[in-house]
Amino acid sequence: MDLHFGDSRPTDDERAAVDALLGPPESSWEGADRTDADLRWARGGREARDRRDLLLPGLHALNDRIGWISEGALDYLCRRLTVPPAEAYGVATFYAMFSVRPRPATVLHICTDLACTAAGAAGLCDGAEAALGPGVHVERSPCLGLCERAPAALAVRAGDPVRTAVSAPATVEAAVLAATAPDSAPQEPPAATAVPQAGQEGQEGLILLKRVGVVDPSSLDDYRANGGCTALRRAFELGPAGVIREVTDSGLVGRGGAAFPTGRKWQATASQPDRPHYLVCNADESEPGTFKDRVIMEGDPYALVEAMTIAAYAIGAHRGLVYIRGEYPRAIHRIQHAVDQARARGLLGDDVLGQGFAFDIEIRRGAGAYICGEETALFNSIEGYRGEPRSKPPFPVEKGLFGKPTVENNVETLVNVLPILTMGAPAYAAIGTERSTGPKLFCVSGCVARPGVYELPFGATLGELLRLAGVRDGLRAVLLGGAAGGFVRPDELGIPLTFEGTREAGTTLGSGVVMAFDDTVPLPGLLLRIARFFREESCGQCVPCRVGTVRQEEALHRIVTRTGADAAGDIALLREVGRAMRDASICGLGQTAWNAVESAIDRLGAYE
Amino acid sequence: MTVTPLGIPRRLLEFTIDGQEVRVPECSTILDACRTAGKDVPTLCEGDTLRPKNACRVCVVEVEGSRTLVPACSRKAEPGMVVKTGTERVRHSRKLVLELLASSVDLSTTPRAAEWIKEYEAKPDRFGPDAARLDEEPRVDNDLYVRDYGKCILCYKCVDACGDQWQNSFAISVSGRGFDARIAVEHDAPLTDSACVYCGNCVEVCPTGALSFKSEFDMRAAGTWDESRHTETTTVCAYCGVGCNLTLHVQDNEIVKVTSPHDNPVTHGNLCIKGRFGYQHVQNRG
Repeated sequence: MDLHFGDSRPTDDERAAVDALLGPPESSWEGADRTDADLRWARGGREARDRRDLLLPGLHALNDRIGWISEGALDYLCRRLTVPPAEAYGVATFYAMFSVRPRPATVLHICTDLACTAAGAAGLCDGAEAALGPGVHVERSPCLGLCERAPAALAVRAGDPVRTAVSAPATVEAAVLAATAPDSAPQEPPAATAVPQAGQEGQEGLILLKRVGVVDPSSLDDYRANGGCTALRRAFELGPAGVIREVTDSGLVGRGGAAFPTGRKWQATASQPDRPHYLVCNADESEPGTFKDRVIMEGDPYALVEAMTIAAYAIGAHRGLVYIRGEYPRAIHRIQHAVDQARARGLLGDDVLGQGFAFDIEIRRGAGAYICGEETALFNSIEGYRGEPRSKPPFPVEKGLFGKPTVENNVETLVNVLPILTMGAPAYAAIGTERSTGPKLFCVSGCVARPGVYELPFGATLGELLRLAGVRDGLRAVLLGGAAGGFVRPDELGIPLTFEGTREAGTTLGSGVVMAFDDTVPLPGLLLRIARFFREESCGQCVPCRVGTVRQEEALHRIVTRTGADAAGDIALLREVGRAMRDASICGLGQTAWNAVESAIDRLGAYE
Repeated sequence: MTVTPLGIPRRLLEFTIDGQEVRVPECSTILDACRTAGKDVPTLCEGDTLRPKNACRVCVVEVEGSRTLVPACSRKAEPGMVVKTGTERVRHSRKLVLELLASSVDLSTTPRAAEWIKEYEAKPDRFGPDAARLDEEPRVDNDLYVRDYGKCILCYKCVDACGDQWQNSFAISVSGRGFDARIAVEHDAPLTDSACVYCGNCVEVCPTGALSFKSEFDMRAAGTWDESRHTETTTVCAYCGVGCNLTLHVQDNEIVKVTSPHDNPVTHGNLCIKGRFGYQHVQNRG
């Protein structure tokens, strides 16, 4: 590899931002001034290239300090990491939160996704833009995962250190305050406000949310006093094979949307002779309407640390990574704090709990790409490549992160391991239904009185959940599973919320999104927003998704005010495009990009 | 004499394609097997000298037990597999892929595209006159080759050839995302400011003519490009001792383009700037 760099030089700030992450450069090969010694030997090769996974953190460092990534800054980062500038440019332009063009230091991300649009995001954008002027860049953003407090805005002010402020529910004044004075903007309410069951009678009966709002999320002692670390001790008693057996017997399946049996995944990875094994926690929760993982990470962060330690112990991994979406500054902060505390107290490190097991957790931050929630795209993103899905096979259990056997689990999936070990697999499997065992978190938002994360055993009906959340009158449609899910009608509230129940009803549970819409929300507008979401989030790798999502949005635009025979031609076209996307796309994004639109046409009779 | 390495012997495995029993060596792809069996599977992003990227999805086939269609170019054949290449489902996806591509980029110089569009009854016009197209202006920033991204189907072959699979120059990458994704050098600069070494190995693998010799581009613009008048002569490059094979494409006694045989066991179709573009002295008859 013969790297070529342009003439652009980094500013002192840009150099300092990169050096703060990577340390000062050791030789002119890495961007320092040239000395005589540099002329006698060359640094580089595999050792230099092996740090490629620091490219994304490096881009974050620049974006955090300066607000955008200049030519000189990108070149300097590439020199430091021995990355070809063309590839780094490809990576930097992949993520929505980065800019390679100059922009103001403050960016105000205003969510314009489903729940927030229904709550008046359009007016918020216009008002904020008018009030802020050119000094702040207002970015219309996909779902920020704050649906229980719609409409939501996230202000990011670059500097040292970078400052963030969340305003939700946002008014124009509050959003402007967050953008202009992030330090003095009011604090976000505690995570427990997103859990309507918290502080209510029966919270101690909950399994996954029992500590949210009860413990201080920054205190490890509080966590231990409330049942923390008992599952980890039990894991060490059982041994790795015993843990996998318990998890398998519990019937736990992945909660990220794909519902793959967790025990099988762990077993398949644990039995791979290739080393090292990796554990990756997928906290890139970007499905519109989903915010359960954020609530867990913000309200009970040590639970995730403990659960990851158990998973790593079971599969023989000594390094774990949590990939948290960049739009979750508080979750990132809380998990970072929890990891640091756990390390300081011997719960992570070379000798976890004195059991001779070494494990540590690293946090990686996403930068605004829904596709990075796809498991193999997430590997590419961590490794410093564009977050494009890989083709499977080979599957991650065989060749995952850095080409090594890897278990990747969603946050909610992992924290389910704690009750499995403390209560035992049979007791856990007794919760829920025969084929969907355990408790499940549901993210309820939209036209309900008490939006938030609800924990219910599998098998509760959609109606029961909506009644709990206080659904308002005039219900027109419920979106299950988010943008990749499907709509159901108000007369289908008897659908049992289980994987098999929703499948039988011809819909999907997905990641547990339940978004209620009343008749004030125009359906064609919703569908257009979903189509725009997929068009913007398609990585562009395969033709059916890259062009199909564009054609889908165009057709929905044409029929936005049409019905009946006027819309029939375009609906037929949508069906054909949708079928090809579902059949021929590489990954789940393209395969599900037509689901919600199809269900709205077929079940809700949109455009009739 | 060219010696073709035979490699280690491989076991044969059996499966069926469209009801017909086929036997192929282990590690073959479904596409290899289809070609052995005489099935014509359309391909665009597949390259005989590159690892399959399976991005275009025009080669999809139906495999029994698979939820979605699978790309024939990258999926390895497995014993007992039941593959169908001509079902309505397969034809539907291939037709749509061709329609989606033809409605968004210029396929006029893509070999066989017109034939496949006819075969699969694709109608790219049905997305309407307002359907978004790439519509990029050709980038002429050097004397050797032209990048016409209005013809680019984003097959990644040029990126792979420039990067770790052949040239190791890493001068180009995919930038942006989704429909806005483009092949670009860093900061979208002209080629002359990039790491490009003008080996032209990206031009060699480009399946659509988005990358072409400047000579070909100019002649096409002038309307003088006529492949029926071309002769192809394979010879040995005289610049250095490696002895790469060159195929000279000659029209009216002028070299108009240089390629290299992909089956050459040493160079696999790759050349350097001298072999690829350094032919002007030959026609310097002054």
